[in-house]
Amino acid sequence: MKHLISVLVENKFGTLNRVAAMFSARGFNLESISIGETEDPEISRMTIVTRGEDRIISQVLKQLNRLVDTIKVTDLTHQPHVERELLLLSLKLSKSTQHEIFELANVFKGKVVDIKQKSITIEFVGSPDKINTAIDLFKPFGIRELARSGAVAIHRGES
Amino acid sequence: MHNNGEKLIGSEIFFECLRRENVEYIFGYPGGALLKVYETLHDVEDIKHILVRHEQGATHMAEGYARATGRPGVVLVTSGPGATNTVTGITNAYMDSTPLVVFTGQVPSSLIGNDAFQEADIVGITRPITKHNFLVKDVKELATTISKAFYLATNGRPGPVLVDMPKDVLNAECVFEWPESVEIRGFKPTIKCHANQVQKAAKMIAKAKRPLFYIGGGVISAEASEELRKLAIDQQIPVTMTLQGLGAFPGDHPLSMGMLGMHGTYWANQAVSNCDLLIAVGARFDDRVTGKVDTFATQAYKIHNDIDPTNVDKNIKVDLPVVGDSKDFLASLIEAMPKTKEDRSSWLSEIEAWRKQCPLDYAVEQDSLKTEFVIDEVSKQTRGHAVVVTDVGQHQMWTSQYYKFTEPRSIITSGGLGTMGFGLPSAIGAAFGVTDRPVVLFSGDGGLMMNIQELVTAVYNKLPVKIFLINNSYLGMVRQWQELFHQEKYSFTDLAASNPDFVKVAEAFGCKAMSASNPESARNAITEALAYNDGPVLVDFRVVRKDMVFPMVPAGGSISDMLLARLNPKTMV
Ligand SMILES: Cc1ncc(C[n+]2csc(CCOP(=O)(O)OP(=O)(O)O)c2C)c(N)n1
Ligand SMILES: [Mg+2]
Repeated sequence: MKHLISVLVENKFGTLNRVAAMFSARGFNLESISIGETEDPEISRMTIVTRGEDRIISQVLKQLNRLVDTIKVTDLTHQPHVERELLLLSLKLSKSTQHEIFELANVFKGKVVDIKQKSITIEFVGSPDKINTAIDLFKPFGIRELARSGAVAIHRGES
Repeated sequence: MHNNGEKLIGSEIFFECLRRENVEYIFGYPGGALLKVYETLHDVEDIKHILVRHEQGATHMAEGYARATGRPGVVLVTSGPGATNTVTGITNAYMDSTPLVVFTGQVPSSLIGNDAFQEADIVGITRPITKHNFLVKDVKELATTISKAFYLATNGRPGPVLVDMPKDVLNAECVFEWPESVEIRGFKPTIKCHANQVQKAAKMIAKAKRPLFYIGGGVISAEASEELRKLAIDQQIPVTMTLQGLGAFPGDHPLSMGMLGMHGTYWANQAVSNCDLLIAVGARFDDRVTGKVDTFATQAYKIHNDIDPTNVDKNIKVDLPVVGDSKDFLASLIEAMPKTKEDRSSWLSEIEAWRKQCPLDYAVEQDSLKTEFVIDEVSKQTRGHAVVVTDVGQHQMWTSQYYKFTEPRSIITSGGLGTMGFGLPSAIGAAFGVTDRPVVLFSGDGGLMMNIQELVTAVYNKLPVKIFLINNSYLGMVRQWQELFHQEKYSFTDLAASNPDFVKVAEAFGCKAMSASNPESARNAITEALAYNDGPVLVDFRVVRKDMVFPMVPAGGSISDMLLARLNPKTMV
């Protein structure tokens, strides 16, 4: 099953490579990985989405912990958490589709970030599921390009 | 000797740090990126630099030194090719959990990434084969980085750490400060075992009818042999060991069952398959040990102690994991054991019956020489007290079967990676570290050629290494698999027409050498070699060419199902 893992790492060059290389060397599935600085500039947070049976996930967590540059590894999957992804979606635009595109974008709370005569780029934020649905529904209009950030996630509540 | 607060350049800081880490020997080879370091080295007297003849040799020497002494081995090589030549040795150390600190020179910081002359991204290359590695970007970080490197290499599960030092960093000046303590927030190995888990383990051991210790190299690196001995004898629990675990328990004790796994003893593998409690300590359920995992120790409740949590439940699901240092585990177990003792005599006699059913033995013929005889004879003449180094192949497996290891840090061999060429340089490294026991190398004729250049290092340093060449003029282990499993297609394994005259080769290096081709001359050669201590000596044992190592578990087979002798290959899959 899908697991969402949050890892605090040293904000040093090479850390992302160490984590990604460990996944490929051990044959673990790596669906997405995202990284950014935290409130402490020496520490970054990585959010990793992976898939596997329990035995594999337990190895993934242990192998992550074993890396010297990882400070804290948390499997958020079964804990209260918020998970978000950013999608930038660039679509073909024409008089006939314009209206429908705007309407659908509204449903997904999309924000237009760029618009030209024949193209429009919309920004969406949501759970990866919601992002998947959005992509599916916009497909018929003709997707020019898209970029996804990969999931970022954090604990919900005060624990 | 320099003091804190002195202004020093990088290369001076480098040696001062090694001094603070009590480094005795550096195994190294100079080059452009290290010119400043070698300039400083010229006036260093308390740390001995050993000039090797190939950087792979340096890493294996450092490994041999580390495994023989328990202290980290130190390697110093230049950038680019010097650094890439260490890759095999570093991988080997990583697989066998040997503490190494490898220092590489690097092109100046300003040129990194420019495909500069002799530039290699050694930090990138060695990321998956080191416990950790560092690129030092500023001379102010050099001392802390070196202290971290030694700390990481030796604490928790030991392993290799690499420190890459650009040329400008080694030339730059700063105030030297040796850090009093090391703090790495992402590295906090569990040393102390969980008391509840130990209690549970003690209960299981107390009531087991057919318990078995399965001991790995972790017991040796944790210096826990005394505890193991006490517990096993006290509780009457038989002990089987992995290749790296040999010597953790005395091989001449009735409770010792020798090695388990692919070329383990028949009785050890039967015991694994029939025990009701398997106590794995400092071992990692490697595939050469388990054979087919579905059929491994199926009747046993499994306890697994290891310092590295990733080893737990990796290959085999266990019932009771106990993460922590093996010395702590065994010592706490001794404390926790109840006073009442289970009678284990029927289990021990069952094992005895298996031992009698398929003993390890060989026939001695007067006019030909068997490897088993050579190893047995060396074992007897050294009374099991030598530091025994091997290369990789048939001779290695025969060594595990016929040398009676009686104490820890007695076998030095490439287990995890199976690196041919490991033997000679690691024997040299061991001989630098150990001077009160003979250092004996068993090498194949194939493997000896892979780092033969290091004979220079042995001769020049007058190291009394006994190089026992098991010369079957074959890549014997491969030939064995060709005979058993590959339709007797002896593809590129016969070296008879191409091997050199090893006695002449050794003599050309200035090494004493002799040969032997029957039991009588072999026995005398061994006596003479063991008595010669003015430098290395090579004995070319011309052994029978086509012998095979048995018993054997075919790859992927169950360990309860061993091949005891050669069967008709036509009936084999
Ligand atoms: C560097 C390396 N290359 C290839 C192998 C594959 N290999 C394993 S054993 C072996 C034969 C070793 O022959 P030799 O050194 O003569 O020892 P013997 O088996 O004859 O005792 C080979 C080629 C290896 N283990 N390491
Ligand atoms: Mg051979």
